[in-house]
Amino acid sequence: MAEPVRKPEPEPQRELNLIGKPFRRVDGRAKVTGATKFADDLAFPRMCHVKLVRSRVPHALIRSIDVSEAERVPGFLGHLTGKETPIPFGILPVSQDEHALCPDRVRFVGDPVVAVAATTEDAAYEAALRVRVEYEPLPTISSIEEALATPEPRIQDYGDHGNVHKVVSMTFGDVEEGFAEADEIFEDVFFYEGNTHLPMEQHSAVAVPEDDDRVTLYSSTQTPHYVHRALAKVLELPASRIRVVACSNGGGFGGKSDPFNHEIVAAKMALKLGRPAKITLNREEVFYCHRGRHPVLMEVKTGVKRDGDGARITAQRLRTALDGGAYGSYGVASTYYTGALQTVTYELPAYQFEGVRTFTNKPPCGPKRGHGTPQPRFGFEVHLDKIAAKLGVNPADLRLGMLAEPETITANWLRIGSMGLRSCIEAVVAGSGFRERWGQLPEGRGLGLACGSYLCGAGLPIYWNHMPQSGVMLKLDRSGGVAVFCGETEIGQGSDSILAAVVAEVLGVSLSDIRLCVADTDLTPVDLGSYSSRVTLMVGNAALQAAERVREMIAKAVSEQLEIPASRLVFADRRVFDAQDPEKGASFQEAVIAAEARFGTLATAGSYIPPRSPGRYRGAGVGPSPAYSYTAAVVEVEVDPETGLWNPLHVWIAHDVGKSINPVLVLGQVEGSVYMGLGEVMMEEQAFRRLPRHLSSALVHKHPSVLEYKSPTFADMPPVTTYLIEDPDPRGPFGAKEVGQGPLLPVMPAVANAIYDAVGVRVDQVPIHPHMVLKALQAKAQGAEPRFGPQRFPAVDFGETLIVPTPEQGGDGTAINDYREKLRSGMRSASGTMMSREEALKKRKLAALTTDLKGAK
Amino acid sequence: MNDLTTLRLRINGEERAVAFPTHHTLLEVLREECGLTGTKHGCELGECGTCTVLVDGRPVLSCLALAAEMAGREIETVEGLQLGNELHPLQAAFADLGAAQCGYCTPGILMAAKALIAEKPHPGRDEIREALAGNLCRCTGYHKIVEGVEWAAARMRGEDWTPPAEVFYGSPFPGED
Repeated sequence: MAEPVRKPEPEPQRELNLIGKPFRRVDGRAKVTGATKFADDLAFPRMCHVKLVRSRVPHALIRSIDVSEAERVPGFLGHLTGKETPIPFGILPVSQDEHALCPDRVRFVGDPVVAVAATTEDAAYEAALRVRVEYEPLPTISSIEEALATPEPRIQDYGDHGNVHKVVSMTFGDVEEGFAEADEIFEDVFFYEGNTHLPMEQHSAVAVPEDDDRVTLYSSTQTPHYVHRALAKVLELPASRIRVVACSNGGGFGGKSDPFNHEIVAAKMALKLGRPAKITLNREEVFYCHRGRHPVLMEVKTGVKRDGDGARITAQRLRTALDGGAYGSYGVASTYYTGALQTVTYELPAYQFEGVRTFTNKPPCGPKRGHGTPQPRFGFEVHLDKIAAKLGVNPADLRLGMLAEPETITANWLRIGSMGLRSCIEAVVAGSGFRERWGQLPEGRGLGLACGSYLCGAGLPIYWNHMPQSGVMLKLDRSGGVAVFCGETEIGQGSDSILAAVVAEVLGVSLSDIRLCVADTDLTPVDLGSYSSRVTLMVGNAALQAAERVREMIAKAVSEQLEIPASRLVFADRRVFDAQDPEKGASFQEAVIAAEARFGTLATAGSYIPPRSPGRYRGAGVGPSPAYSYTAAVVEVEVDPETGLWNPLHVWIAHDVGKSINPVLVLGQVEGSVYMGLGEVMMEEQAFRRLPRHLSSALVHKHPSVLEYKSPTFADMPPVTTYLIEDPDPRGPFGAKEVGQGPLLPVMPAVANAIYDAVGVRVDQVPIHPHMVLKALQAKAQGAEPRFGPQRFPAVDFGETLIVPTPEQGGDGTAINDYREKLRSGMRSASGTMMSREEALKKRKLAALTTDLKGAK
Repeated sequence: MNDLTTLRLRINGEERAVAFPTHHTLLEVLREECGLTGTKHGCELGECGTCTVLVDGRPVLSCLALAAEMAGREIETVEGLQLGNELHPLQAAFADLGAAQCGYCTPGILMAAKALIAEKPHPGRDEIREALAGNLCRCTGYHKIVEGVEWAAARMRGEDWTPPAEVFYGSPFPGED
């Protein structure tokens, strides 16, 4: 049974002046006055406008391109084709499969073929319309099943085989033994439809040629550093001659974290014409850029053993099949992510994950908020709800009885740090009255519970290197002002405010004393970008180091002047003073003057590299993180059994954020995540249809417009009760963990579970449309299985599985498939899941300690 | 297509002469001819509300309005919202509550909210939601915006009222409230 409601005790720490209290975000004023400059707000003298001619066919060879009519448009300045951009690029080193303009072949409706430039945007549009491209059509592939069944023609000429981009199979612990040990085996198949980010700002890029063969690109990108690398590669220019500035993003959500063809085209055109070039996508084009949520088919098989009043999982096998679209994008990572984070919420002694990503003739899928994890989390949490129902256990108790432990290593070698999920569950259960009301509400009303966890930054950078993932530089001078330089990118999540607040806290100054220079590859130290919820932890830690270094210098200078030990000095209220005699001290400006006189020009740097992860097997790079955030949510719904229409009535959500840097911004991230999760489960889908045969059978986007791509409005949003759980993680700055993505994860499964509580039917897919609920209700009335969802998982050859012994098996994080490895470690493969829970937990904790000791060396 | 229209536009209380291609929308003329880039675009088809400005006090989607029809009309954009160097109460409330995250939809929402409060100085939550339902925001989940409008409306009525603590800190842990 669950322990009584409790809140984690905050760890004792030094008194904080700023952090933990709500404050106006540092970019707040500019954002409400219209002063913030987004990329499309920029204009330069002689700037030309560029438009892309995009493919109107889904798969074809390019036969010919004729721009003669376009050239006659008044104001036409020039054009580019794929011949001028022959070098491929892509976000992952293993998937360099994109071109700025397609050289010989198009792979989806929307692939760019020609770029035209003109003096005005109108003229550029007109010229683009007049470009004639002839195509030789190729057969098209529209779905996962079709891709698996159709090896030829290949959409890409790389990948594991046929139209299979990537196959993964990994086994941690003795899964078969776990299944054998189980009292009951549960099997389910789920489908999660793709959806897109729909940032309100359409992508825009402006390139400006500079002196000495240099070029500057201003862009709405979440990852200026990766754009910088892609530009250097495709333009064949030294990176030192390219400057990328990320403007404030008008929303990202993962949709602006690939280097994009239009960014490279803008730079190429600017260099070709010798004048600034702007390219701003229209809304239809944003749907073609996509990189959104992968459609995923999933099969979950779980062995469960009764344990007192609850139960525990003895083994799980998860299979996922992803519809990747036409290009790689982040897809290899996405594939691993559909399996990686299943282990960090509940004890999973043995776990097998098999995943496959296919190519289809659709816009490429990639990372959207939660990157690859919302789909399997939906499956897992609905699956658990079914297990609870079958065993007659309250879903909250089932989960509370099997929580993963803090400071342990999981079966797949992820290191869990602080873990506040118990408090999260207890908060939403108490807040919603779940124990009293679940299963007790009148027909048509229901409550559902689900949980989730997410990374605080990916443990490894996207390309292999030993350099910091985040860097911060400080410059202080006699003005008393503090200039902070960092490559981080503000996409609305509040990263600028985190950076400023950490520095202000350490130096005891106010936010108005801080000046930021961010996201500029010429001027700021590298930060990898705003993705994987990495900014608070990584930028925060780099800022902390830089600020503590300069604090030490200032303290030394002041201590010499006041003749008191530096350790007695307090930095607060824009003063540096003696803790024992607060009257004795200097203003911050005087203190800086003393330090500048003592040490010369004041500048410090800080950087952050995540601790090394204990996993050493192939694929172990995806999943590790310095810390994991945790979330639980309860959703209440009403369902009309006549129509299947359903509505969320209230959401209770608790998020373990470690420590709030600024609670009002944390709340904004939680509420925004709830909103986006509700959008996914209620209505959002990036869906496609085939045109009739007489129109070429082409595969086209069903609704590339804001009106037709339904997303929730003010009127659709239910009340949200948010609990911030602060279980500080020693690896986060001031204990802080992420909040931008994790709170989205439990929303979709909590809704599905609530619909079951309301009307007793299962919809095992997302979004949950009313007609699906209705069909399941009709099936229920006819005595058939009360369910709507996919029937089967496709047959996939996953090849030889990677065998990785778990910590409790005595593993060392490596795979033992290699014959000699098997011999060397033969002793450890047998003793599997039969171990007592206490003994297994001890081994997982020991593995965590060993990892920390190794990291400390 | 390239016929030019020349007129005097009255924007944020200031008159200015502009010449622009006749088919250009108010959105284009504000951003390009007038350099008032505070007004944003999200779809250019009247679907997202991002480009909302006020014309004679009423919210108008500037992407669907022809600039050529704006002679003699009073146009208000986000740039005209401030009172001198002071933020308008709506702006201050949005900034303090994080009702602007990426800030891209914010100018349009501020203008729509201004029109609402002018008509209904004491708007209820449902009235706020209805008035703003044509404006999409992908960041906030809308709650901080509704709370911001409530706060600003109270301040504009001269009331000394701030939103309750849970708007800034989250709800107290159950059992502790």
